[in-house]
Amino acid sequence: MARTVPALIVGLLVVAAGIGLVTLRVNPYLYFAGYVILQYVVIATAWNILGGYAGYVNFGTPAFFAMGAYTSVFLIQSTRAPLPVLILAGGLVSALLGLGIGYLTLRLRGVFFSIATLALSIVLQTMIMNWEYVGGSRGLSVIRPSGPPFGNYVMFLFTVMVTLAVIAVVTARFIERSWVGRGLAALRDNEEAAECMGVPTLRLKLFATTISGFLLGVAGAPFPYYVTFVEPNSAFNLDYAVNALAMPMIGGTTSWVGPVIGAVLLGSAQQLATVTISSEMNLFIVGIVLVAFVVLAPEGLLGLVRRLRGR
Amino acid sequence: MFSWDLLANAVVSGLLLGGFYAAVSLGISLIFGLLEIANIAQPAFVVLGAYAAYVLNNAYEVDPILTGLAFTPVFYVLGAVVYRVYYESFERRGDEALRGLVFFFGLLFILEVSLSLKFGVDYRLVQTAYTKTSIEFGGVGIAFRYLVPCVIGVAMTLALYLFLSRTFYGRAIRAVSQDQQALRLMGVNPIQIKTIAFGVGIAAASLAGALLICIAPVIPSTDRDYIGRMFAITVLGGMGSIGGTLVAGIILGVAESFMATFFGPSWSLAVSFGILLIALAVRPAGLFGR
Repeated sequence: MARTVPALIVGLLVVAAGIGLVTLRVNPYLYFAGYVILQYVVIATAWNILGGYAGYVNFGTPAFFAMGAYTSVFLIQSTRAPLPVLILAGGLVSALLGLGIGYLTLRLRGVFFSIATLALSIVLQTMIMNWEYVGGSRGLSVIRPSGPPFGNYVMFLFTVMVTLAVIAVVTARFIERSWVGRGLAALRDNEEAAECMGVPTLRLKLFATTISGFLLGVAGAPFPYYVTFVEPNSAFNLDYAVNALAMPMIGGTTSWVGPVIGAVLLGSAQQLATVTISSEMNLFIVGIVLVAFVVLAPEGLLGLVRRLRGR
Repeated sequence: MFSWDLLANAVVSGLLLGGFYAAVSLGISLIFGLLEIANIAQPAFVVLGAYAAYVLNNAYEVDPILTGLAFTPVFYVLGAVVYRVYYESFERRGDEALRGLVFFFGLLFILEVSLSLKFGVDYRLVQTAYTKTSIEFGGVGIAFRYLVPCVIGVAMTLALYLFLSRTFYGRAIRAVSQDQQALRLMGVNPIQIKTIAFGVGIAAASLAGALLICIAPVIPSTDRDYIGRMFAITVLGGMGSIGGTLVAGIILGVAESFMATFFGPSWSLAVSFGILLIALAVRPAGLFGR
């Protein structure tokens, strides 16, 4: 616990640095790209709480992300709620979805769980596509609120995402170091053995799926204001599922640093590739890097570093 | 307004669709159902087969089903190579569950993106004599582009069933799914048998892809629509049951056809995943499960 306080201070410093960066007013594109990278930090960290710590591979990342985004769309349409409310509401809706997924783990393990999450994503997408109020399959334009507290709206969203990323990472780090993290690691390695040793596996799994869902929803909630046009195919994009897997796999899944490293490296590489080559090429790179890492360096970059140090 | 004609049409087109769905799912039934390898890249191989059929049809007007048959050896080798990589990297190390799954997910993504880099995201279709004709039986229309894939799908199911029950390698594949150790004691190399099974499963995707492009135009991301269908059929039919695959394919086909007829086609995708979720939650062993 004693090491949580310094971590919080570091986190606050990162937020402050993010706000400082905004006052510098560098090239506006950097905020635009930075937002996406930070969004992936949140997504990868959230995915890793379930996938890396508990060993349940979630292919349904787009479902949770889009639930956050569409909760925002609904609230913007109905009440024009302020951004903090949107983020909280988006997180809560996705957390509920996560809780539901958590109960699925009672019957479904391993591959079946993963396929069920993928199924969930497509069922939800079909429902959204048939719901006209939030735009249906054609999508919907969202008007940003006028007068952000500082800078332009993208800069404001950038600092919001910095804050969310710090919250996500601090949460993941806290879970990892607490008894919850150790319990999750135990059930990842052998669920029956953990249960026999008195680890409350169901409660831990429900906790992991709910927190993971909450953070994924939080990442999706500001999305409508960022893109200003929301349609199901972009909100439920399979790219989120692939990136959410690839980033922790590249960094290393057993520690909170892994997803952060993976998200920053792969996220930046993708942004560069999108600008310099093409957006399809950047997806190709993600696929190749994912397969290469999973075959050649299954422990990710952290594992590679550890192996080099060990020698 | 309820109409018997509409109902009859929905049933017939559902049955025809079901035969085709069985054809698409045979490969995954073999690879996932019997070998328990979670190859979620299977639908991407089917779409790859569809593009092979498209390229040859577009350039030389070759019949797509002929192309599908001709490409089975190529797909077989491709499958054998993929299995060897999978075996060396995951199965031998004993962590196939988590990372193997990610491996196949990455493979699915690479295949899909490669296709869209090469062919773009436009819809591609094939031209044949039979894709445009149809016959009618008392108000029920039967389009040949559905009938031909259905007949071939049923034939493929029968062929695979006979292969698994009558031939040495087929029986060995069923044996490897039951007890790998016992097979080793009988002097058969289980890895070799699994390589063959995986190759056959991918080879089936070549033909299934040809059927796919007969039924409807194809884009690189078509594979996503079939992930749920394939796994729904495999799970519902009972893991590894070939007859079950056909029955489950028909159930799904009829259910989707009803949904499309009475609620609109935009809902039909949710049917497969809905069935999958229910099957997984209520009876994971499937209808004809072991």
